[in-house]
Formats: sequence, C-alpha cells, structure tokens
Amino acid sequence: MKADPKRVLTGAHYLDGDHAAAEGALAAGCTFVAGYPITPSTEVVERMAERFPRVGGVFIQMEDELGSMAAVVGAAWGGSKAMTVTSGPGFSLMMENIGLACMMEAPCVVVNVQRGGPSTGLPTLPGQADMMQAKWGSHGDYELIALSPNSPQECFWATIKAFNLSERFRVPVLVMMDECVGHMTEKVVIPEADQIELYPRRYTKLSPEEYLPFKTGKDLVPEMIKAGDGYKIHVTGLTHDERGYPVMTWEAQEKLVRRLIEKIRLFKDELVDVEEEQTDNADVVVVSYGISSRVSIPAIQKARKEGIKVGYLRLIIAWPFPEKKIYELAQKIKGFVVVEMNYGQMVLEVERATKGKTKTILVPHGGGWVHEPEDIYKAIKEAAK
Amino acid sequence: MSEVQLKKKKEELEEEHPMEHLLRMERMPHIWCPTCGIGTAVTAFLMALEKSQIPLKDTAIVSGIGCTGRVAGYVKLDSFHSTHGRAIPFATGLKLANPKLKVVVFSGDGDIIGIGGNHFLHAARRNMDLTVVCVNNFIYAMTGGQCAATTPITANTSTSPYGNFEQPFNLPYLAASCGAVYVARWTALDVRRLAKSLTEALQKKGFSFVEIICPCSTLYARRNRLGTGLDLMKFYHDNSVIKHGADLSELDIGFQSKIVVGKFIDRERPTFIEGVNQGLRGVLKEKFVEYGGPIDDD
Ligand code: SF4
Repeated sequence: MKADPKRVLTGAHYLDGDHAAAEGALAAGCTFVAGYPITPSTEVVERMAERFPRVGGVFIQMEDELGSMAAVVGAAWGGSKAMTVTSGPGFSLMMENIGLACMMEAPCVVVNVQRGGPSTGLPTLPGQADMMQAKWGSHGDYELIALSPNSPQECFWATIKAFNLSERFRVPVLVMMDECVGHMTEKVVIPEADQIELYPRRYTKLSPEEYLPFKTGKDLVPEMIKAGDGYKIHVTGLTHDERGYPVMTWEAQEKLVRRLIEKIRLFKDELVDVEEEQTDNADVVVVSYGISSRVSIPAIQKARKEGIKVGYLRLIIAWPFPEKKIYELAQKIKGFVVVEMNYGQMVLEVERATKGKTKTILVPHGGGWVHEPEDIYKAIKEAAK
Repeated sequence: MSEVQLKKKKEELEEEHPMEHLLRMERMPHIWCPTCGIGTAVTAFLMALEKSQIPLKDTAIVSGIGCTGRVAGYVKLDSFHSTHGRAIPFATGLKLANPKLKVVVFSGDGDIIGIGGNHFLHAARRNMDLTVVCVNNFIYAMTGGQCAATTPITANTSTSPYGNFEQPFNLPYLAASCGAVYVARWTALDVRRLAKSLTEALQKKGFSFVEIICPCSTLYARRNRLGTGLDLMKFYHDNSVIKHGADLSELDIGFQSKIVVGKFIDRERPTFIEGVNQGLRGVLKEKFVEYGGPIDDD
C-alpha cells in the first residue's frame, strides 16, 4: 500500500526533527493525535494541529498525558492510525497505558523527544536517559519496538517506519528522539507518495461467527477489527483468552504473555536496523544513537587519522536490541565504546551481548549538552589498547 | 413438587431471559455479589439500549476498573475494559476515530470521579459526545471497601474505620457545572425511571451523564450495618425524593440522608465534533477537509 499523495508534502524542505516527525506521521496515514504540551516535543503536535484540518484527521489536546495515551489506544481500536507525542515527565505518565496498548495489541506510535531528567530536569535541553524506561517502563512483562533517529530527515522516515511496524506487530512503537535532533533544522527531502510504502492494518476477512480477536497464526499477531464493524468483540487489559475474555489462571497468563513476548522476540532478526561503517576490520567499534552518534564522528575521524581502526555502529532500532550483531563484532574486536547521554543504559545491553568476548567502555554524559568529542576520542584510544 | 409444578419450573429455567441477546451469556455467572445493585443498573441500561433503538452494531461500551468496571465485559456490544480512571479518554479516542459510533462509558464512582476525575471535567467541558453512566455505591468495592470521593460523611470504610470526615462530591452539580448537556440521578430501585433517563441520555447528542445510586451489599452495607442490598433498596424506597430540575447545590448526599433523584439538566450545546468542524470550516473555508471516520470504511 502506498501513501496518500494528499498527505505527503513532496519536496525539499528545511525542517527541524519535530516538524519532520509530524510530516512522517501524516505520510504514514496517521489520522489521530492526542497530546499534551511539553517541551521539547510540542512542535510535533503544533504542526499536526495545523496540518490535520487540511488533510483530514483529528488532533485533540488532552488534559494530561494519561488521557492522551488512553485516547490513542481507544482511537486505534476505533480504526485510526494514532499517535501521541511527549517528553520525559509525560512519558512517565503514559507508562500505564503503553502497557494497555501492549495488552490490547493496539497499533500506535509514541514519540518521546528526550530531555534531561530525572523529574522536571532540563526541559529545553537534551537527554537520552529514557532508553531503559522505553523498554521496561510499564509494569509487567511485554515487548515493544523503539527507534532512535539522528537527523530531521531520519525523523521523517523513522516515524513512517514506526507506524508500519506498529501495524505489522500490533505493538506501540516508540520514536525515541532527543532535544537536539528534535530542534535541529536540516534539509529534509520528502519523496513522492508512491515512494512511501505503508503497512496496512491487518483487518480480518473472517465473519463475526468465525473470528476470535486474539487467535493468531504463525507470526503470533492476531488479525484486527475496528469498533463498529459488527463483531461485538471484548477487549480487556486483564489476562485474556483468544476470545478476549478475562481468564485468571496461570495457564492463560503463560499463553498470553509468552505470545506477546515471542511475537517480537522470534522476529528479532527482521527488526535489526543499524547503520554500520568500517566495522569489518575494526579494532574498536563506537556504538551510539541519536545525537550522540553525530558527536562521535569527529572523534572517530581523529582516531582513524592516527591509524586506529575504528568502526561506527548506530542503533536505528534500539529495541529490540541487535544482540547478535554485537556478539559477532565482539568476537573480532578489542573493545566497544558506547556513547550515550546518560550514565549507562544501552551500554548494559552491549555488555550483555558481548558475553565477555571483549571489553566495553562507556562515555557517559548527564544530559543538557552533547559529549565533548575529545572524551569519546580518549575512550577509543583506551579501547584500542 | 408435583409433576406439573416440576414441568413448569423446568420450562421457566429454560426460558430465555429477555435480555440474553444483549449479554455475553457464555460469561455467566457474573462476578457480582448477591443483592449487589450493579446487575439492576445493567438491566436498566439494556432496557434503554433497546428502547433508544440506536443500532447495536454502532454502539460501543467502555469501562474502567472496579466492580462496575466489569460491566463492559458482560454486554454484547463492542466492549472495552480499559485502565483505572481512563475509560473517558479511551472512549474519547474511540469516538473521535470513528464518529459514527455511539460510545457509552459505564463505570463506578471511584473510577470516573476518583482517579479519573480530571477526564470527567474536561469531557463534560468539551461536550464530548459520550453517555457516561456512573454507578455510585459510595465506596471502592473491588479492592475491599475503601473510602471514596463519594463516601458520605461519617460512613465507615476500611480506610476510614472511625468514619469518613471528608466532604464527598455532589456528582450532578459537578457534571452540570462542567457543561454536561444531560444530567440525571436515580437509585437502582427506580429501574423504569432510570431506564427512561438512560434512553434519553443515549439519544442525546453531547456529554450526557446519569448517576445511579447503587447498593454495595457486601462492603458498604455490611460495614455500616445497613443490612443487605435489599434493605438498602427499601431505604431508597422510603428516602428518595423525585425532584426534577432541583437546585443542583442541594443534591449532596449525607450518611443515610434523603436522596434527591430526577432529571436536573437537559440542554443543547454544540458537541466537540460539531464545534470543531464548524469552527474550522468557518476559518479554512473550502480548504477544510473534515475527518469522517476510518479511511477504509464501508
Ligand atoms: S463488592 Fe459491593 S459493589 Fe462489588 S459486587 Fe459485591 S456488592 Fe457489588
């Protein structure tokens, strides 16, 4: 399925990451956005509020982020491609209903333009410290997908990809931007609509008599309907069976939770999305994402000039984590350098994935400003030893 | 029992309940306690569903969490059992995504007014096109009988073991002052009047609100030594006063006080969708593209 030309702003533009994400959402067919203003993400909803009435779609400014996320799950079951947009404090408030989206298997997108935390932290300045919250923030066991674009151009594509993956896997997909990427303005080229491939909602062809809302085939993702189709389904946040009816037993729990986990984990390889450069013969590989990946480049160049073989690996999809990829490299290199704007989050995954085959050095940063390339350079030298 | 009597009894048992086609019978028995009033409230709602003649295919019901939060699970409509307090915003998303739907929120006082109070205020203010039915049993029942934002002063709950000393909400007053276009209150005893009100609420465009005063026999009645659910029904019979259009500020409910019931508000005001569409069309003229529902709609 191709994008609708009426919703695609074909051409070359100068846009910041927030605006580019909004255009990505429109191109992806998003028709519903519920949001609450929060810096540094507000520009996304502002643009949706301006653009929707001209292309068809509903923006509603909710009373808080709890309501925003709940409305998004409702809208998904109403037949919309739905999105909400927020930053740290709002992301925390959304956690319960992100879990609801996982449990109800509601396809939807959550953009988090990360700022410095904890608490109110640094509202106008960058952070990358919500990466573990993205994976583990809601209670209970579940799997979801998180992307991390590093430029306005990529914010456009990442948002489209987020919608497509949410439809393919029926999970909430998170777009984990950061304030720098959200607020930097660069050239964004938006192609013709027929160059944008969309994953359609997996509506069932079964009749109401045959259809069970949570019965799945091989890929473990159930087919969907929308409210009003005449199926009279029940959907609950409680542990449920294939009919969607609550069942309070460990057997039902095992069956459901296992499927919710496996529908992502078994398809992990399909979900590896990294940018790699000169990792083949590298002694050191710098792993980063978002703005930190761009700050790493001058450090990598400097080290290369000095003859150190440095590879560059950027996580475009951060969750699920590309552990196989990391393990493959770990067997060949002297060490990883992980650059992220926090005191150690994705680095824990890198360490886990290396299975002790190589060393891992973190270049941390508390947020509020980007890393000094010099600090990254020093870590590369250390890793090359 | 004679054979004739036995035969009659058997026929009675096999006879279909008049509401069966509106219930998920495969989920019976339900979880509610004997003499709980929620079942009666559901019966009144089902009567109203039939009476209002809105197409069932296009009707959805959303509940939050709690004893009343289980209602969505038993009603044979597209039904959603959301998170605690978030039935109204969930329903808001559902309605805006597919505006042809009639969306009902059916939940308890703790859910809609306690933890979800903020959404209630704003949905009423926006005149979101929802029918909100709030079963008020004065207590958090599902969790074992804790104090609520509706617990009458001096009433005993497990978290107010010496009595509640906080002022409870007056729900009709709250709904009306936030902008609800239809506001009524009945007790679970008034099934016919309640069903009539629910019918009107379902047929009303905009934010309609019906409060149902309802016995929680197991917790509220027992802790406060008020007898069974049946005794509370008798209490409602003797102590509820019908006063349509009553002064809203006089609708407070005290511990075992008189309960004023009736229809208090029935007015017109543009719904959220109407207001937004009219406003945008006025400003954007022919550039305005109205969102009419899911793209692949039949
Ligand atoms: S605990 Fe109270 S409200 Fe809940 S089902 Fe029992 S009687 Fe009804």
